Amino acid sequence: MKCLNIVIVGVGGQGTLLTSKILAQLAKAQGYNVKVSEVHGMAQRGGSVITHVRIGAQVHAPLVAAGSADYLLAFEPLEAARAVSYLQPDGKLIVSTQRIPPMPVLSGTATYPEEPYQALLCASQAVEALDAYAIAVEAGSYRAVNLVLLGVLSRHMEFPEEAWIDAIAACVPTHTLETNRKAFMAGRKK
Amino acid sequence: MHHKNFCTSAPLQTKNPSELLLGDQAVARGAWEAGVRVVTGYPGTPSTEIAEAAAKFPEINSQWAPNEKVAMEVAYGAALAGARAMVCMKHVGMNVAADPMFTASYTGVSAGFVIAVADDPAMHSSQNEQDSRYYARAAHLPMLEPSDSQECKDFTKIAFQMSEELDSPVVIRITTRIAHARSIVEVTPREEIAVKPYEKNMAKYVMIPAMARGRHVEVEKRETALKNAVNESPLNAMELRDTAVGVITSGVSYQYVRNALPDASILKLGIVYPLPMSLIADFAMKMDRLIVIEELEGLIENDLKAAGIACEGKTLTGVQGELNVERIKHAVLGTPLPDLQTSDLPVRPPALCPGCPHRGIFHVLKKLKMNVMGDIGCYTLASLPPLSAMDACLCMGASIGMASGAERAQGKDFSKKTVAVIGDSTFIHSGITGLIDAVYGSEAITVLILDNRITGMTGHQHHPATGFDIHGNPAPMIDLEALCRGCGTEHVRVVDPLDLDETQKAIQEETARDAVSVIIARRPCALIDKTKQPPCYVDGCKNCGSCLKVGCQAIERKGDHIEINAALCTGCGMCSQVCPFHAIHRGGDSQ
Ligand SMILES: Cc1ncc(C[n+]2csc(CCOP(=O)(O)OP(=O)(O)O)c2C)c(N)n1
Repeated sequence: MKCLNIVIVGVGGQGTLLTSKILAQLAKAQGYNVKVSEVHGMAQRGGSVITHVRIGAQVHAPLVAAGSADYLLAFEPLEAARAVSYLQPDGKLIVSTQRIPPMPVLSGTATYPEEPYQALLCASQAVEALDAYAIAVEAGSYRAVNLVLLGVLSRHMEFPEEAWIDAIAACVPTHTLETNRKAFMAGRKK
Repeated sequence: MHHKNFCTSAPLQTKNPSELLLGDQAVARGAWEAGVRVVTGYPGTPSTEIAEAAAKFPEINSQWAPNEKVAMEVAYGAALAGARAMVCMKHVGMNVAADPMFTASYTGVSAGFVIAVADDPAMHSSQNEQDSRYYARAAHLPMLEPSDSQECKDFTKIAFQMSEELDSPVVIRITTRIAHARSIVEVTPREEIAVKPYEKNMAKYVMIPAMARGRHVEVEKRETALKNAVNESPLNAMELRDTAVGVITSGVSYQYVRNALPDASILKLGIVYPLPMSLIADFAMKMDRLIVIEELEGLIENDLKAAGIACEGKTLTGVQGELNVERIKHAVLGTPLPDLQTSDLPVRPPALCPGCPHRGIFHVLKKLKMNVMGDIGCYTLASLPPLSAMDACLCMGASIGMASGAERAQGKDFSKKTVAVIGDSTFIHSGITGLIDAVYGSEAITVLILDNRITGMTGHQHHPATGFDIHGNPAPMIDLEALCRGCGTEHVRVVDPLDLDETQKAIQEETARDAVSVIIARRPCALIDKTKQPPCYVDGCKNCGSCLKVGCQAIERKGDHIEINAALCTGCGMCSQVCPFHAIHRGGDSQ
């Protein structure tokens, strides 16, 4: 049975979990079944993190299979490269261009690739690259990169705008709602 | 491209209200609905959120225990005294709790007693890949294995019922992909169950040999009866489709099989011990090819083979890591495994956070070329480059015993260049007895307790030495200095691990002694310390790279100089002490 498959990747601490939580909340509110597979624990200390979101009438595996993601939401270019193999042949990569060098690069034992994911994509796979960090800062908080990227993703999905805002409101603390809403809209309208 | 029709049938309808819950949260919810009154445990990924979720229910008495053994005993005591109780732990925690668990199987319970354990196939956050299903067999305890959050809730409720009906502790076993997967769960109200009156029953609860012999007979009777009953249980369900391939599976593997082999018939086991052998034989007879798909060890497969039922299993799937849809397709259908194309990319391992107090300790230990007997916690990340400052890491609490053992092998002088390094939560968990052993054995070891005031690695849980309880409310605080002195350690001192000179001096002086000493390196975890300093800045950099060796993500070489990322820097100032040219300045210093 067809599911909508979304893979979210980033660096531990970037707020990828909130993104998947909002997506799950939205899917549930819209009457769909949903499974989200998260990473807790060790990897959250600055390591590569990956979250799988599957939405559909019936969802079995909590993990998106390689080559079957409709969307790859990447908070960082190198992490996008690591997860490109999840995308299906006509899948779409949404990637924030802000680079976060990993420890081997910082300490000089490795170099950050010039174009980390570009060569790994096939011609039928679309890319939308944006500086979500800068947009988030403009919206009021550098922490809102996740909402900017979610805003971009929202353009590709059928759910009404109010449903997105409701899902966001259900998942973020009240005092950050306005900034998060702004960041989301900035991504959505871009 | 607009996604509209990814959902072909009618949207989901549930009779009761529903919530999005992690498997862990659903286990807690199930316990709450079942009227549980006492929940305890010790943190451990991926089980931590069970007790955390239970603590949010006011009807449940929740608390972190110092370790899993104590947690098991407390929960057992509560069940013995008539209240439904649950204990939660990760797979390796069950090793610690095994002693009371094996004999609790003999005594049985008064009120329902559920043991929740979470395994970690693929070792996302663990030191081994042990399979806790072996414990259910060894201790003769029924074990249930849910395959999503809804079943986590439902099975936990059933487990309480079974526990009372069978007069036995019952184990709920989950794995990372169940524990940390969020899905929709129908929720129902709590069933209020009164605490049973406390009853003395020496023959049942005093496990001296004469009485334990009688109870062992009961264990056998219980298990024999259950071995029959599980064949009728709705938790073990046959799904008949094409009979060319039949799969016996359980837990998350069931979900993978549904996607990988949609036409295959499945026998889904909700009870993984004891196995429903006549149901299995029945299923096997209907299938042309029988395959057991289970993560980790081939337990089910071995039982089938012992019963003379031909099947395939581990020769196809292997025992390493976790399964997924791709691996199962590869194993059964020969579909090639996907090429992940990531081998050329620089890796991004987890690292100590900017401002982490542990960094100072390991920088000094590396500089002094110490042998380091390590332990488990965030500080284990110091074993990775560029610090690479740990020689061994075995299990929680082992560092101290290893240091004593090394001294016994190599002689007293060895302890002059060796330390045991252990976190505050880990010291409370299982370091205290190691320290007592070292004092008793007249060793000369030096123990560094890295007291960051929290259980860091598992996501900031309180423990008996933080002064707060599981709810974040003030609680009596164990005084680590007094505790170490009480264990007979004469030399106990406290340092600030980010004061490198002081730390180095302390380590040099204490390792030189011919007696056991303890250095408590005290500074709160950088993620909980709210007293932020202005970020450091660079002025006069000679590009020598010394600061890069401390492994801080906020420090980066940009061409011919070093830059400090002000967004990441916490202003801890450790790098300013390391720079030989005094080119890194603390944010507070005048520019
Ligand atoms: C028997 C057992 N229980 C639980 C765990 C999970 N675990 C790993 S490290 C750790 C505690 C870390 O806390 P602490 O010692 O204070 O070090 P920190 O992470 O704060 O540096 C826990 C609970 C484990 N590995 N083994």
